[in-house]
Amino acid sequence: MSLLDPPRSRSLPDRLTGPAARLSRSWEVLLLGIAVLIFVANTQASPYFLDPWNLSDATFNFTEKAMIAFAMALLIIAGEIDLSVAGIIALASTAMGWALQFGLGTPGLVMIGLAVGLACGAVNGALVTRLGLPSIVVTIGTMSLFRGISYIVLGDQAFNGYPDSFAWLGRGYVVWVISFELVLFALFALIYGIVLHRTNFGRHVVTIGNNPTAARFAGIRVERVKMVLFLLTGLMSGIAAVCLTARLGSTRPSIASAWELEVVTMVVLGGVSILGGSGSIPGVVLAALVMGMVTFGLGLLNVPGIVMSIFIGALLIGVIAIPRLVARIRGR
Amino acid sequence: MSYSIDMTDQIAGATDPVLRLAGISKSFPGVKALSDVELALYPGQVTALIGENGAGKSTLVKILTGLYQPDAGRIELDGAAVRFATASDAAAAGVTAIHQETVLFDDLSVAENIFLGHAPRGRFGLIDWARMRREAAAILTRIGAQIDPATPLRELGIASKHLVAIARALSIEARVVVMDEPTAALSATEIEELYELVDRLKREGKAILFISHKFDEIFRIADRYTVFRDGQMVDAGRMADVTETQLVEKMVGRAVDTIFPQRESVPGEVVLTVAGYAHPTEFADIGFTLRRGEILGFYGLVGAGRSEVMQALFGVTRPARGAVRIDGRIAVIRSPAEAIAQGIVYVPEDRGRQGAVTAMPIFQNVTLPSLPRTSRRGFIRMAEEFALARTYTERLDLRAAALDQPVGELSGGNQQKVVIAKWLATRPKVIILDEPTKGIDVGSKAAVHDFMAELAAEGLSVIMVSSEIPEILGMSDRVIVMREGRIAAEFDRARLTPETLVRTAAGYDRKGVAA
Ligand SMILES: Nc1ncnc2c1ncn2[C@@H]1O[C@H](COP(=O)(O)OP(=O)(O)OP(=O)(O)O)[C@@H](O)[C@H]1O
Ligand SMILES: [Mg+2]
Repeated sequence: MSLLDPPRSRSLPDRLTGPAARLSRSWEVLLLGIAVLIFVANTQASPYFLDPWNLSDATFNFTEKAMIAFAMALLIIAGEIDLSVAGIIALASTAMGWALQFGLGTPGLVMIGLAVGLACGAVNGALVTRLGLPSIVVTIGTMSLFRGISYIVLGDQAFNGYPDSFAWLGRGYVVWVISFELVLFALFALIYGIVLHRTNFGRHVVTIGNNPTAARFAGIRVERVKMVLFLLTGLMSGIAAVCLTARLGSTRPSIASAWELEVVTMVVLGGVSILGGSGSIPGVVLAALVMGMVTFGLGLLNVPGIVMSIFIGALLIGVIAIPRLVARIRGR
Repeated sequence: MSYSIDMTDQIAGATDPVLRLAGISKSFPGVKALSDVELALYPGQVTALIGENGAGKSTLVKILTGLYQPDAGRIELDGAAVRFATASDAAAAGVTAIHQETVLFDDLSVAENIFLGHAPRGRFGLIDWARMRREAAAILTRIGAQIDPATPLRELGIASKHLVAIARALSIEARVVVMDEPTAALSATEIEELYELVDRLKREGKAILFISHKFDEIFRIADRYTVFRDGQMVDAGRMADVTETQLVEKMVGRAVDTIFPQRESVPGEVVLTVAGYAHPTEFADIGFTLRRGEILGFYGLVGAGRSEVMQALFGVTRPARGAVRIDGRIAVIRSPAEAIAQGIVYVPEDRGRQGAVTAMPIFQNVTLPSLPRTSRRGFIRMAEEFALARTYTERLDLRAAALDQPVGELSGGNQQKVVIAKWLATRPKVIILDEPTKGIDVGSKAAVHDFMAELAAEGLSVIMVSSEIPEILGMSDRVIVMREGRIAAEFDRARLTPETLVRTAAGYDRKGVAA
């Protein structure tokens, strides 16, 4: 090599690897593989699995949780978390049941469900962004607070007697086996996917999760973005409360108990970093499908619920740990 | 290409090297960071390692300290092959390093940061806190840093943090000391202290590897040099046998014009006026004006309050008093977002924390504050982003594998180019650059300076905070010197010499206070 090469003019390529190579290494493809495996296993395990109506029933296992998981994914990517989502469902459902006593119709009930969700999100958001408290602590607190209010109102009672038009929101079908909830799920998947991956707002969310200081220095209104995310999570919990209450046809204070853990599991299984900064909506969609199918398949086999929890727990740890182990074995 | 380091040394009758690397190679996806390089370090001598941004210098340092494993090659310590599987292996073998990107802990005290992982133990293996604090104080004094070991690290500025990192490296009993751009964050006085420290280490017989982009300091302290280019060792020898021009040519592969751009500056109307600006603890009585197309230099020692003033202007911190006017109108700036909206942007000095989002791709870093321009109605347009990022990064001669590479995978100097590109791409009214060319090699520095001059000629107003005297003198129309949170003096470029600058900053010469 001579010492006097002409000055190099290099043009930087946009991307180092092609789309195929990027896809093959992505988390989503791994999840898709797992989903297919479970699907095949389910068809082998039970002859009833492939029945369209059975499959359609299976979707109720995840649609409501997944709606919350989309908003939760954004929140976790931004480096925060909301553990009060199930508490919000309880409070929103209780509020709807209470309003029912005054003879409110379906539109009114829905409005109340959504409003309570938003209000709860506003409480969480204000405590985190205004007072600068850690969201994990704040929402563990509001988790008990929201559900506690619902216990005080209801005791061991239940609200019943929702109108049929309301029940349709949780049990109705739009066409054939396609339920209203499934349509909502698909719609929200699309919306959140676009928001996270195709808008400036989504880019701000990811940036905040990676480096909040640099985000602020780049002119991003960090607190405002976080507030919006808490509001969205509250709103989605309100929507889930409407669907779930409509589906169950009653409100008890124990409604949706421990859902916050399943929602967070879904998000993390979907490849969202629990430390913030990265994740995708397609991943969360696939995680929802995987979890829904596992629950349903094991249900068809009459496996008790506790075994299902163990299975989901093992799946979560396995899916998180394996890539790390592989990376470690490959060396630094 | 083969260089026999041993031969020349035998002829000169030098001692054997303490540490020798031979045939070291290391690849990352898309780049061969090092291929078949060799290096020898001798006791009581300083070897300067020079090369462009991305030449592989820091990669070599990480291999030397057990942070990376080489793909091939051998490391010999006193002639015997060794393998550093971890950082503690290297430390145990007596190799210590001040890394370019230092990792310290904000929530720990200075003393804890210095001794993290090797704290002095007392009875029952418990940490001997008193001794730790005492030894920390001793090391800090030794490097001339006036820092209380009990201070939480969070409270220190970036330069002081860097001094803590230096103290940390020296707290390990070492025979080989590696310094990766140790003076990049420091100003003249601290740098002088560091040189003295290096001299002392030399006298103690330590072998020193010194990485720097500043040729004056390489000639000041190095005995030998090794030049890397594109991951290969292209030359090695004695400092006495080369000139600066020769070294630059070896490292860049061509002759480089290191002269500052000639500017015909005709500053226009006043764009920014700052008056009576004061902060409860950091600065007071700050007042100055900035004209259209002007480059205003800010010089001062570490801790003089320059960055604090700039961050207040940018809305990061709130000053207690004072008025800022933009184009004659009072401007209220309570956050960076408001500053950017009013046309003021700030390129921060603390690249790792405030400037770069290391896990995100280069193009997304560059477009972050310009998203409104590259998007339509809030929707991202990736092609526009790539185009904008390409324009600015190529202008600054960025060395990377691709625009979608995470910024954290780039060499230090190239990360800095990304941060500069990000802010220049916003096309503001006023740009504040805080140590803009920190860690940038000679060739790219000239590119940054040319770009700055060009933008100023187009009407951009520039405030340049810099601790590099040649840069201050070469680029500024006017220079403000700050000392202890106040403006010590303001000079026209024409009347300014390096001596005046240093004396005013240090406060030796009160008569120099002018304007
Ligand atoms: N972890 C990594 N992953 C991918 N590429 C890397 C990684 N670390 C370094 N590189 C690449 O290796 C090359 C050498 O980088 P290195 O940091 O050693 O450069 P350098 O000589 O220290 O430059 P500078 O003067 O800018 O500090 C660069 O092209 C860089 O992008
Ligand atoms: Mg480096």
